[in-house]
Amino acid sequence: MAKELIKGNIAVAETALRVGLVSYFGYPITPQTELLEHLSARMPDLGRAFVQAESELGAINMVYGAACTGHRTMTSSSSPGISLMMEGISYISGTELPAVIVNVVRGGPGLGNIAPSQGDYNQMVHGGGHGEYHLLVLAPASVQEAVELTALAFDLAEKYRTIVAIMMDGSLGQMMEPAELPPFVPLREEVPDWAVKAIPGKPRVVLSSINIDPPAQERFNLRNELKWQKIRRDEVRFREYYLEDAEYVVVGYGTVGRIALSAVRTAREKGIKVGLLRPITLKPFPVEAVERLVPQAKAFLVTEANNGMMLDDIRGLVKGLKPVEFYGRMGGVLPYPDEILDAIEALVKGPLTLEGDPRDRWLAVLEQKIGVGV
Amino acid sequence: MQTEIIISGFGGQGTLYAGQLLAYAAMDEGKQVTWIPSYGPEMRGGTANCTVVISDEEIGSPTVLYPKAVLAMNLPSLDKYEPLMATGGILIVNESMVNRVPTRKDIRAIMVPANTIAQELGNERVSNMVMMGALLKALPLLPEGAIERALAAHTAERHKRLMGTNIEALKKGMAYA
Repeated sequence: MAKELIKGNIAVAETALRVGLVSYFGYPITPQTELLEHLSARMPDLGRAFVQAESELGAINMVYGAACTGHRTMTSSSSPGISLMMEGISYISGTELPAVIVNVVRGGPGLGNIAPSQGDYNQMVHGGGHGEYHLLVLAPASVQEAVELTALAFDLAEKYRTIVAIMMDGSLGQMMEPAELPPFVPLREEVPDWAVKAIPGKPRVVLSSINIDPPAQERFNLRNELKWQKIRRDEVRFREYYLEDAEYVVVGYGTVGRIALSAVRTAREKGIKVGLLRPITLKPFPVEAVERLVPQAKAFLVTEANNGMMLDDIRGLVKGLKPVEFYGRMGGVLPYPDEILDAIEALVKGPLTLEGDPRDRWLAVLEQKIGVGV
Repeated sequence: MQTEIIISGFGGQGTLYAGQLLAYAAMDEGKQVTWIPSYGPEMRGGTANCTVVISDEEIGSPTVLYPKAVLAMNLPSLDKYEPLMATGGILIVNESMVNRVPTRKDIRAIMVPANTIAQELGNERVSNMVMMGALLKALPLLPEGAIERALAAHTAERHKRLMGTNIEALKKGMAYA
């Protein structure tokens, strides 16, 4: 199929349709709105259900209901809207239902702004809703990858009866790149055994997240944890660039991952042996990929568009064996490649240390750079 | 080989569309390309700009601090991007909308009275294509005819009546570079 020049938001929406999205529920919010808009234009013609809900709370609970039918369903939003959905995310997880959620992250906290950010990493990766649950979290770095991960998200959601979240940022949502979309597949007729069918004469199926008996809830949670063990083993995805002989390892995901790629290439031209690890699944995290790099690395540089959220995960994996430094921008500002290059060159220049908190050193750099209006 | 182009002006000057057309042309020529509209505090000033990156290999950052080429459609864009341009870069300035010439000597600046030319062609809205013509002549990013082919291939039917004027505008712009 020919490539199209297409925006990230629209590519995700169109891919979802092509892989069999039956129902969508959402509420407009920038920088995600084109996704919803595209579906609103396409779904009625296709005879599928598009609902602009009264709020994000309404949308996620409609997804909850639709997911009970075993058909492909999704919602999308941006940071403040995703916060509103957290209760529903926990309920859907507590009912063990497949659904896809797209978060086109914007600058925060609070109402914040409409610029790209990765400030929702902790919310998506380490929870946000209540109780023990896990989301699979996919972080595309290009429009083509967003297409591939959207198709994958529906498959994984059904395979594991779980929510799969696609965490993008405002710039990937708005950016146009050539991408090849998947072919249209016909809607699946059959529904899984566990789904509610409401067919007279068929056995009644009750789906709920209520487990009033604690030991029963504990058995449910244990089953979920064992399932998660399998996901951790089988579903890790990442990309490596220039790492074979790398002495310095940059770790970045999504848009910041590709910005870091530019910095790494320039550093390579300058003769610095540096490579990039770009996690594609933020959860399950590419644990072994990081651990494998510890012996060869002189130091790690974590880069994000937030205040160092993945940084904590990387530090946990490096276990103090090698220095881990950080460079990030916050609040809807993305780093430029030149800034990440500066941070790489600072590693090379040294002195490297295992002492202290990399956040303190980063804050000193950032304060020098942008100052703080008091 | 990678080239970054920023196209900047007031909303309504067709900066985003000009960038998209360039991106289509690059894609059709088998290049890697990204198009990204401006995201940042500069949006407040009512400016609209986009960055197009064209490359032979997988593109890293879709934005750059020091672009190789800039189409400055108005004075705020000239003031903002002239100091940021990479040495040896190409700066196309819409002479109709500025009151000064670029001062840097380490870049190539081309003054194009894009609004005046567009008016002469009978449609001020094609000033963006005049500027694009100058850029493509000064910087051989794409084979000859690529942008015209992209226009033909990616213009919606209802807009095709403007194609002739757009192509005229491109040609007029090329004459300035």
